[in-house]
Amino acid sequence: MFYRKVATVLAGLAAATPALAYESTYNLPVGATDISARVFSLHMMMFWVCVAIAAVVFGVIIYSLWKFRKSTGAVADQTLTHSTNVEVIWTVIPVIILVATAIPAARTLIAMEDTRNSELTVKVVGYQWKWKYEYQGKGVSFFSTLAAESNYARQLGSGVDPTTVKDYLLDVDHPLVVPVDTKVRLLLTGNDVIHSWWVPDFAVKKDAIPGYINEAWFKANRTGRFTGQCAELCGRDHGFMPIVVNVVSKADFATWLDAQVAASKAGASAADPSAPAATAAAPTASL
Amino acid sequence: MAHADSLAHDDHHDHKPHGIGRWLFATNHKDIGTMYLVFALAMFLLGGFMAMLIRLELFKPGLQFFDPGFYNSLVTSHALVMIFGGVMPAFVGLANWMVPLQIGAPDMALPRMNNYSFWILPFAFTLLLSSFFTAGGGPAGGWTLYPPLSLQAGTSFPLTIFAIHLMGASSIMGAINVIVTILNMRAPGMTLLRLPLFCWTWLITAYLLIAVMPVLAGAVTMLLTDHYFGTSFFNPAGGGDPVMFQHIFWFFGHPEVYILILPAFGIVSEIIPTFSRKPLFGYDAMVYATASIAFLSFIVWAHHMFTVGMPLAGQMFFMMSTMLIAVPTGVKVFNWTTTMWRGSLSFEPPMLFALAFLFLFSIGGFSGLMLAIAPADYQYQDTYFVVAHFHYVLVPGAVFAIMAGVYYWLPKWTGRMYSMALAKWHFWLSTISVNVLFFPQHFLGLAGMPRRIPDYSVQFTDWNMVSSIGGFAFGVSQLLFVAAIIHGVWYGKPATAKVWDAGVHGLEWTLPSPAPYHSFEEAPEIH
Repeated sequence: MFYRKVATVLAGLAAATPALAYESTYNLPVGATDISARVFSLHMMMFWVCVAIAAVVFGVIIYSLWKFRKSTGAVADQTLTHSTNVEVIWTVIPVIILVATAIPAARTLIAMEDTRNSELTVKVVGYQWKWKYEYQGKGVSFFSTLAAESNYARQLGSGVDPTTVKDYLLDVDHPLVVPVDTKVRLLLTGNDVIHSWWVPDFAVKKDAIPGYINEAWFKANRTGRFTGQCAELCGRDHGFMPIVVNVVSKADFATWLDAQVAASKAGASAADPSAPAATAAAPTASL
Repeated sequence: MAHADSLAHDDHHDHKPHGIGRWLFATNHKDIGTMYLVFALAMFLLGGFMAMLIRLELFKPGLQFFDPGFYNSLVTSHALVMIFGGVMPAFVGLANWMVPLQIGAPDMALPRMNNYSFWILPFAFTLLLSSFFTAGGGPAGGWTLYPPLSLQAGTSFPLTIFAIHLMGASSIMGAINVIVTILNMRAPGMTLLRLPLFCWTWLITAYLLIAVMPVLAGAVTMLLTDHYFGTSFFNPAGGGDPVMFQHIFWFFGHPEVYILILPAFGIVSEIIPTFSRKPLFGYDAMVYATASIAFLSFIVWAHHMFTVGMPLAGQMFFMMSTMLIAVPTGVKVFNWTTTMWRGSLSFEPPMLFALAFLFLFSIGGFSGLMLAIAPADYQYQDTYFVVAHFHYVLVPGAVFAIMAGVYYWLPKWTGRMYSMALAKWHFWLSTISVNVLFFPQHFLGLAGMPRRIPDYSVQFTDWNMVSSIGGFAFGVSQLLFVAAIIHGVWYGKPATAKVWDAGVHGLEWTLPSPAPYHSFEEAPEIH
């Protein structure tokens, strides 16, 4: 079918784009999930579609600006005022392009919304200005706030050079820890105002809204440390409630989870797991 | 400008009131248009000053100057001042000046309401800006006023709400005036499909305003009663729904963005044919495209809300309907391009700004198309990619079109031609710096920088520095705009009736320059 051909060509263009995009300072990440890679391809496809249209349209404009200058004696053709044929063509062609791009977009959207068959569910609650993670059915929950070093440096007039701070504004005391190759479902809500949980490498951005339980999911295909930020203005310290997700092996995750459960049973507040335990249990996470 | 009028034009048959009363009690469309434009320019400079403070804080990571709360107030007020104080009043000012001149009417249909709709504005903005001096500072919840956050505001809250009510009332009255004038006061023979495109786009804009400003008023009134009278429209603890506010707000907000661009389309559609010395290509198609965009603007609002957790079908609908907007918008760009094809082009300042509009608005359109793709929008939503997108359509889009309109018609208003050299310097510096300012913001957003944050992690430093440098350059360049206007109004060389050595057509060019204080007291004949 026509649209498939177009989509194949466009996907080829997207694939031909250098994969430098990872950790890029000018483009989306390809990310660590199948969905994020699909979103990246969609993004590059749309980008190249726009570049192609721009090349044609801007090319015609620039040619006209050059060719039909009055200063070179160009005389206006007063009869060129309308042409039904041309107008039909430049209405129909954009429609075809849009349909061709809407189809892969719709497929990806459907895949993103499929939250069935998750293996782990974490409830994410947005607070002014921190996140709370509750591992459903595991008896583990804790708050995740901006790391002390960043928090000190970011105060007005702190005198600390942010470049000397480790992971400035993208570091937390207790990261979310999840296993690799596992479909993790998030249930998101807000405690006070609307927040938005965003990790670009997972292509997950979902609002955490008081009175709502929103759903999102990701299935990380490699271990590592992935960061994100709150993406919905939520008050004074909106810029200071980052998200850190440590994706660890399934074995490491089981060890970590056991340690958390034991710690909470030993009397430590479940809402405040000790930081050393989390770091020690997830060594592969500190990439 | 009053000074210039009285110096340049001392016609004994052309009575005009004198002193401050001329302005306070103004009913003349030209005086009111001038007041609107001067007010818009003042707000543009004020909003621009706020933007430069924002770029100052963002120049490098770490908080150097402002408390995050004050930063949020700057961001919020910058938006409200630019949208409701800068762009909208500028368009109403241009409509006041040009609609009667273009349709051969002696004045706007409702002159006293015209006065009222203008004089509300200084009070509205005094209310809004006075909130900066109250406990808790200015409004800091973003111009979108999402609850529950907006309900946490202090004294700024009622001041902002009442200011928005007043701005809305002013806009509705301005819109009614434009509609009544265009529908009832056209010169005999000027059928609707002979209406200049600036009037057409404004007529459609006016209907959008009347349709959606009351929606905004309703939304903010519900916020007000939630805050002070114990209602729970948007409070989940009382059975309300914070997402409903977003639906209501964007049902206003999306038509609003076309309110901010359709008159710009009209201005560009006047200027490109003039300096191409050729009639506009596809006039009828342009009118229908404008009407289509206006219609579509009512059924795409939730593309601002893809991340709130809508059902799949809802996301599909809003994705597809949003993509459709590219079709009539494309028609417009193609028509402008074809207008230049086989023309005889010259590059006076209005044409330069119109051409920059054509290129740079299109770039904003392209990023808009990318944003329409819901799965990708999950990555773009609330990042600097969105900031770059809407600044491309609003600054080198709407604002450049307004500047193009001012450079196009200023000699008609004042009878004097401004300095071409100053205007061209203004153009080149603005066009280069606006791209240095906004293009890197695409990169910042894609690389993961959220919008509305006062501080950022260090990998975003480089592009923020570039953007800030562009911002300062763009801000300083606008002083040339002020200089070009002041110089042109008081010291410019006399302009001819046709002003431009080009293909001007339209009733406004049949009048002498400056246009007499009372024009078209007898309806002109349309051939």
